[in-house]
Amino acid sequence: MSLLFEGILQAFKLILTLDPYMMQIVLLSLQVSGMAVLFATLAGVPLGTYLGLKPAERTRFAGKLLYTLMGLPPVVAGLVFYLLFSRMGPLGVLGLLWTPAAMIIAQFALALPIIAGLTMIGIRGSGKEVQETARTLGAGKLLTAWTVVRESRFAIFGAVVTGLGRVIAEVGAVMIVGGNIEGRTRVMTTAIVLETGKGNFELAVGLGLALLVISFAINSLLYHFQGGGKDNAW
Amino acid sequence: MLKFLQGSKKTKKIGFKSLLPISAILCLVLTINLLSGCSQKPPSGQEAKGEPETGAKADEFIILATTTSTYDSGLLDVLLPAFTKKYGIEVRVVSKGTGQVLEIGKRGDADALLVHDRAAELKLVEEGYFTDRQDVMYNDFIVVGPSADPARVKGHQKVMDAFAAIASGGHNFVSRGDDSGTNRKELSVWKKAGIDASGGWYLSVGQGMGDTLRMAGEMQAYTLADRATYLSLKGSLNLEIVLEGDPVLFNQYGIMSVNPAKHSHVKYDSARKFIEFMMSPEGQEMIASFQIGGESLFFPGKGVAD
Repeated sequence: MSLLFEGILQAFKLILTLDPYMMQIVLLSLQVSGMAVLFATLAGVPLGTYLGLKPAERTRFAGKLLYTLMGLPPVVAGLVFYLLFSRMGPLGVLGLLWTPAAMIIAQFALALPIIAGLTMIGIRGSGKEVQETARTLGAGKLLTAWTVVRESRFAIFGAVVTGLGRVIAEVGAVMIVGGNIEGRTRVMTTAIVLETGKGNFELAVGLGLALLVISFAINSLLYHFQGGGKDNAW
Repeated sequence: MLKFLQGSKKTKKIGFKSLLPISAILCLVLTINLLSGCSQKPPSGQEAKGEPETGAKADEFIILATTTSTYDSGLLDVLLPAFTKKYGIEVRVVSKGTGQVLEIGKRGDADALLVHDRAAELKLVEEGYFTDRQDVMYNDFIVVGPSADPARVKGHQKVMDAFAAIASGGHNFVSRGDDSGTNRKELSVWKKAGIDASGGWYLSVGQGMGDTLRMAGEMQAYTLADRATYLSLKGSLNLEIVLEGDPVLFNQYGIMSVNPAKHSHVKYDSARKFIEFMMSPEGQEMIASFQIGGESLFFPGKGVAD
């Protein structure tokens, strides 16, 4: 019990003094997961929009596939990309194993179905009406799509934040393809696993708290975008 | 949450377009950071290294796949900066159980390996996967358990008898279960003792040494551990050494490089420099003088033959 208490005290010290080892890990986590979500958004929102505007009965298979992949365990994604990026694997020549790039790709694969799937759900909700209205007003295809996305922005924000929440908290994929190399591929979750194993609970708890703080910040941001229930929050 | 997933009916002007420049900038910053992050030196544990003494490129690095015991104990935190300073070659460490490390090496996903399963290492060298193998250091395995010692292991000299006592009494035994060097050693003892290690008392947890020790401590169970990890965690564990000194428990660490004949992309020259450094008087002296709480964790060179 005292270990937990001391851990929390130490953790606050680490956070408040911006401990360089910890900050570096936190920064890499944000970069890897941020990039992964950015690319997943660029690919997933158009995909989700496209599927969302199609009649549900014609996208049944794609929908099922997306829902299934939304539940893909990160270790499975990690394993697949490990085998792809390993020197003996089909993409081995790229030398991507144990690099942040490999981690970004694995997390991209985890975030994409979530962002595409939740966007699809959001667009299905009201996208059809918006689409018809836009068409009636004479908008072209691209402008119509853009309008639909605009009008579904809350759902899309939700999708993006959910995707980020998933990848920044996952440990299985980044551990396998990144290798938890100090200063290179060590992110918050893999560091927590390592430091717990080494008995450095202060650092482990500190990183855990940092993860929560970041999560809180992201959700605050979302809440802000959502309007926070007020009329002129933006 | 669900409510906003369905989209809000209130459509306020939140300036969606103003998000574009923000995300563009964010994207740019992230990219630049990440790229520069890739060429930065690891900040912690490594001194600003200055100019390397021998002529290797400053951005050169090797991947060292190693067992958790050498990494978790902190030994490499001492050795690697010294090597990097001398040769200008950075060492990126991937730490896993010995079985997994050997697999990583066989696939060519590392340049050098530091492991402890001598028989398996020699076999793989024979098969041409690895080369330049050296006996770099040794220590020993120990049996740890609750201080009350319900299985009365303390009276025994031989680890086989100790394991037999644990098994016949049905006392909890935690096994690494992860194909690590320690796990392989443990399984070989059960096999030699002719005991079928299964049943409610035998818990195969599939964790690293640190976590396994912690679980054994919480359950007041017995386990086989490498001395280095036990010593570095002793303070936070509720376990003590119940058996040590049986020659069977000797633990030899080997260092070797991945054979460039199998994998032409490996950084063989740099890996060999690393092996040379570890085997040099300087490297061996650093291994010998590495202590935690006044106790040596590793002894340089080759111990008794197995």
